[in-house]
Amino acid sequence: MIAIEVISKTYASARALQQVSFEVQKGELFGLIGPDGAGKTTLFKILVTLLLPDAGKATVAGFDVVKDYKMLRTITGYMPGRFSLYQDLTVGENLQFFASVFGTSIEANYALIADIYTQLEPFKNRRAGNLSGGMKQKLALCCALIHKPEVLFLDEPTTGVDAVSRKEFWEMLGRLKNRGLTILVSTPYMDEAVLCDRIALIQNGTILAIDTPEGITTHFTKPLLAIRGADTYRLIKDLRTAPFTHTCYAFGEYLHLTLKSESVDRTYIEAFLQQKQHRQIEMHPISPTVEDTFMSLMDRQ
Amino acid sequence: MKRFFSFVHKEFLHIFRDKRTLLILFGLPFVQVLLFGFALTNEISYAKIAILDNDKGMHSRKITHRLLSSGYFRLEENLTTYADIEKAFRKGKIKMVVVFPQDFDSEYERSKGAHIQLLADASEQNTAISLVNYASAIIGDYSAAQNPVASSPMMIDVRSRMVFNPELKGAFVFVPGVMAMVLLLVSAMMTSVTIAREKEMGTMEVLSVSPLTQSQIIFGKVLPYLLLSFINGCLIIALGVWVLDMPMNGNLLLLLTETLLFIFLSLSIGIFISTLTDSQLVAMFASLVILLMPTIFLSGFIFPIESMPKPLQVVSNIIPAKYFIAIVKGIMIKGVGIGYLLKETLILLAMAGLFIFMSLRKLKTRSL
Repeated sequence: MIAIEVISKTYASARALQQVSFEVQKGELFGLIGPDGAGKTTLFKILVTLLLPDAGKATVAGFDVVKDYKMLRTITGYMPGRFSLYQDLTVGENLQFFASVFGTSIEANYALIADIYTQLEPFKNRRAGNLSGGMKQKLALCCALIHKPEVLFLDEPTTGVDAVSRKEFWEMLGRLKNRGLTILVSTPYMDEAVLCDRIALIQNGTILAIDTPEGITTHFTKPLLAIRGADTYRLIKDLRTAPFTHTCYAFGEYLHLTLKSESVDRTYIEAFLQQKQHRQIEMHPISPTVEDTFMSLMDRQ
Repeated sequence: MKRFFSFVHKEFLHIFRDKRTLLILFGLPFVQVLLFGFALTNEISYAKIAILDNDKGMHSRKITHRLLSSGYFRLEENLTTYADIEKAFRKGKIKMVVVFPQDFDSEYERSKGAHIQLLADASEQNTAISLVNYASAIIGDYSAAQNPVASSPMMIDVRSRMVFNPELKGAFVFVPGVMAMVLLLVSAMMTSVTIAREKEMGTMEVLSVSPLTQSQIIFGKVLPYLLLSFINGCLIIALGVWVLDMPMNGNLLLLLTETLLFIFLSLSIGIFISTLTDSQLVAMFASLVILLMPTIFLSGFIFPIESMPKPLQVVSNIIPAKYFIAIVKGIMIKGVGIGYLLKETLILLAMAGLFIFMSLRKLKTRSL
């Protein structure tokens, strides 16, 4: 449904995208995972025909993003990273406006948004500017859906939204996917990656890996240890300077440690830490998460 | 087309939701016209004067009567000695003293060479000059009426007539100027701010990916302000004619058409400004600095273009308000038709075309 072939884009000051290629299948919920400034928004703007690529080619639903941009605009739905609705118009007026701009009506495509809009309906006459963050995102999603697009582009839809609303939002995406929509969504939150069918990890304008959320962790080849101690700060400092450490990152209350060679075992590490007077040490092997994979791929680069 | 009108509908919602916009849109013209029309006028009416009549003859009384019934002067006090003059001026109430010398009557009858002394408070020099001119004219009239045949064959009689504005009314100058200023300011500033707001709020991005074309977006922005500014223009004309006694000698339809053209030009300038910036604040300041200052100082609104230094006269040629003021004066005061205003009209038309062309080129729905 979406085919991206060696797309590059350079801004005056920085290289935003370097030879990015991937494909998204029809009906897929595809996640673009990466930190701020990785190039996610630039790629989105190219795909929704707001920006022209320097090199490469991309098609959405078979339409070229450069040549067939007019046609494309009628079949794609786009929700920018920033809340981009009219704050001085009411919920109903915003939706009505976007419906008529796309030459349709709320009634015609109500089925598609009914699920989301019923939650907004009590606030129908409230100005969009006075909605909560989660409600704003729901309204923006409704507005992006109102013309019944085939492909939905959501640029960081859950940034700045509370945990409950984030969860609800992802449930909605799942239901939309089940209706046959192709969804490309970007997020800086690694924990949202597992909710996608497939994900692409992006960093500094380059794709690091593309796979299913489970599959992506197979890119992580080294054994991984989770370690916890009484003094986390000192622990991370000591572990990072230890001769056997390859990488050491903090994940919540645990530290995730990879080793330079497999010959070093847990008793050796425990001895090393005891010698440094660390107390309450707890250590166990774990399977890597998406974030571990991202960090290791980033390092390898 | 339905798309376009729903866009226009949305613009009207923005305008009517925002109290500040409405206030600027309709409060500004009222305040400006009435302020310039009444408060900032340099016309003379009922200036307080004092009279020192040392003769108390028939002619001095008749002249005094003429002065006081003219509507320009009001008698504040009658003085008795020369020493009173300085005292009266010091009190600050009176602006002028008329002094008739002793034997004024007999001198006048005998030699036709009598003298009247006019003393004016020149701490306000413009008022002083006007007062002396008015008084001289009235006294001259009296003198002429007394002697229908000029007695001296050598005398040159200068008769000036103030054409088009015999009473030298300030409103004749101010109303066209205020009209140009208000329309330019309201139309250009409002549109530039409204487009900048779409960019600032990120809604321009959403509009861009919609099937709306760039000309639909631009004209959708222009149309509501075109209508509202036109109502504004009519309001100013009505205030000028009915409240400030402006004449309406020309064709009203022509005046309204020219007003519409000028509004269209102002709006296109506003759009152009907004294509240059993404911030509402910058758009607003740019409108004020680029438009307001030159319109006030260089359009001939307050300072005559003829008395400007040469370089500024050249600059004044690119000020749109200059041409519009000329058009309004031409139609309202002189009552001329389109034939006399063709040059100004074409210049305004060309300017509008230029700005629209430049804006359409700059405002793209996709960028490199």
